[in-house]
Amino acid sequence: MKESKRAQIVLAGNPNVGKSTIFNCLTGMRQHTGNWAGKTVASAEGVWKEKASPDPRAMMKDIGIRQELPVEIKLIDVPGCYSLVASSPEEEVARDKICDPDIDGIIVVCDGTCLERNLILVLQILAHRDDVIVCVNLMDQVRRRGLSIDDKKLSGLLGVPVICTQSSQRKELRKDLAKVCRGFCRKSSKYRKCSGYCHELMEDPKETADKARYIADEVMIRDGETDDISVRIDRIMTNSLTAFPIMALMVMMLFWITIQGANYPSDLLGKLLFSLEEPFHKLLMETGLPLSVCEMLSSGMYRVLAWVVSVMLPPMAIFFPLFTLMEDWGILPRIAFDLDRCFKCCKACGKQALTMCMGLGCNASAVVGCRIIDSERERILAIVTNSLIPCNGRFPVLLAVISMFFASGSGWKGAIILTGVVLLGVAVTFIASKILTLTLLRGRPSSFTLELPPYRKPQIGRVIVRSMLDRTIFVLARAAAVAAPAGIIIWIMANIEAGDMSLIDHMTSFLEPVGKLMGLDGVILTAFILGLPANEIVMPIIMMVYMSRGTLGEITDLSFFCSLLTENGWTMLTAVNMLIFSLMHWPCATTILSVRKETGSWKWTAVSILVPFLSGMILCTATAFIYRFFL
Amino acid sequence: MKGLDRLKIGEEAVVISTSDNRRLADLGLVEGTRIKCVLRSPLGDPAAYNIRGAVVAIRNEDASIIGVETDMS
Repeated sequence: MKESKRAQIVLAGNPNVGKSTIFNCLTGMRQHTGNWAGKTVASAEGVWKEKASPDPRAMMKDIGIRQELPVEIKLIDVPGCYSLVASSPEEEVARDKICDPDIDGIIVVCDGTCLERNLILVLQILAHRDDVIVCVNLMDQVRRRGLSIDDKKLSGLLGVPVICTQSSQRKELRKDLAKVCRGFCRKSSKYRKCSGYCHELMEDPKETADKARYIADEVMIRDGETDDISVRIDRIMTNSLTAFPIMALMVMMLFWITIQGANYPSDLLGKLLFSLEEPFHKLLMETGLPLSVCEMLSSGMYRVLAWVVSVMLPPMAIFFPLFTLMEDWGILPRIAFDLDRCFKCCKACGKQALTMCMGLGCNASAVVGCRIIDSERERILAIVTNSLIPCNGRFPVLLAVISMFFASGSGWKGAIILTGVVLLGVAVTFIASKILTLTLLRGRPSSFTLELPPYRKPQIGRVIVRSMLDRTIFVLARAAAVAAPAGIIIWIMANIEAGDMSLIDHMTSFLEPVGKLMGLDGVILTAFILGLPANEIVMPIIMMVYMSRGTLGEITDLSFFCSLLTENGWTMLTAVNMLIFSLMHWPCATTILSVRKETGSWKWTAVSILVPFLSGMILCTATAFIYRFFL
Repeated sequence: MKGLDRLKIGEEAVVISTSDNRRLADLGLVEGTRIKCVLRSPLGDPAAYNIRGAVVAIRNEDASIIGVETDMS
């Protein structure tokens, strides 16, 4: 049998038609999905296995085949593209895969609700190769609009197999696709293969578009077409009076639910974990390790870990699913649409709003996400300003400071302040962008197009489970992996004496003048420097250094920290500047590496570090000046 | 003939001249395409148009070089 080599099939199609969802469904993998064009920026590969299933018809017809062949295919999920004429790096990736002669077939996924536009790409691909299956997806939405599609006729007109799917019905989707692919693999040698992208094969865009229109008109059955509700929602979402208040309210609600919901579990988890420190220490002592090692592991490693877990886990477990729900529903492109004018003023791309929203989750992945921006100049602009948006790793710092100093016990007050902090980040992004486009990144704004997909009902249960398991656990594990060794290093630095002071005291007293000038102190700056690998550990470092000064007793719960901070000279100014500086300092190490990889230049990497750092330093010094002279 | 950016919300038109913007052509915006303005951003720019069943936002600057003919005129 020739099945020894796995067939390779590419999942291609316009952006946001559900390629990644189908990919996940077939391979069991967990690519992130979302309702906006450009979510997938890199190809993903996975193996799709389907067991041999008995087929009664096959058994009756010919004796040779008693059951359908098993399927084992290497699936490649590529970024979406509108055309084979690539105009951005990720479209190039897609184009090269689609035209790769080593690929055994293409499944072109189409959005059934705008089939005509999707057919343009189908026709371009068909001009290159025949080993194509057309998969008309999102059929549930097509039906909801009172439309239907004649798949037999479509198949006849295109000359390739066509199937209609909807990703919410996973079983049927798998079965239907498997059926087509089986037949397809059996006769795949008959098809005309591709020998690489060839510009001559591309027709005039008008001709392709006219053909697409003709085919779509032929196969669309419109009886009782209803208006899409999305347009009515969008009238409110983009109304000049309601758009901005609604957006602000939504962000505030998001934070309010996060703060309110995380408050109690955080406290409980903190109490539990900190109460375990003592038994953990005793347990270590019994193993016969030297006292200093036990101390290092319990009040170094364990304490930092306990803090990171108890402060990070609850807000993340609430924030990530909520954010993913908004993303799946289709809010992000609307935010970009509403804010584009501001970006245009800064000669930036409106899609930067999308990458900024992603920055709320993780700056490093948002920097990679900047690939959706076509123009090189505008992409670099979006990359170097991205870390001005606080990522999830910095939320715990912000939340802790806000709840200790500004909004003790009041969720809505905390939400308003946190929204304010994020808006400050947005404002500084605009200012920094404006300055950069006047100096380093001069140029004209390029033309841009942004698709506003219909709102889609998110699969709530799946979203919650997936974002909890995948993102929360992943981010937490990364933070913990950094926090554990960091805890040990800091403990060592705090306990090794050089001269008459510990190493950490040398460092903090060295940074003290700069810190004081910025309305902070040496310890905070030290913490941010040591927190370079992951911002999550900044707060624990500050706590540990203050505690090593040995003024207070045992930790009982999180409220203990507030008195620790005030005892070490924290004022309102320190708290405000702590918020500003957590928002604007250098990006974390992962983000810096991503910037280097995406821009391919150390110069832009340096700029991406300097932009937030200088903004933070200027703002902090300014507030410190104002506070000291006027208040 | 007028610029695409001059369409009011809800107004439909046919494209009669395009710029050499390849991206817009790939989205199906070519001569003869029926186009409808469906939304305008709260700050007036960009506007969103229904092009072949998909809603796409285009900045006024780019839209102004696309000539359209409304059914009325």
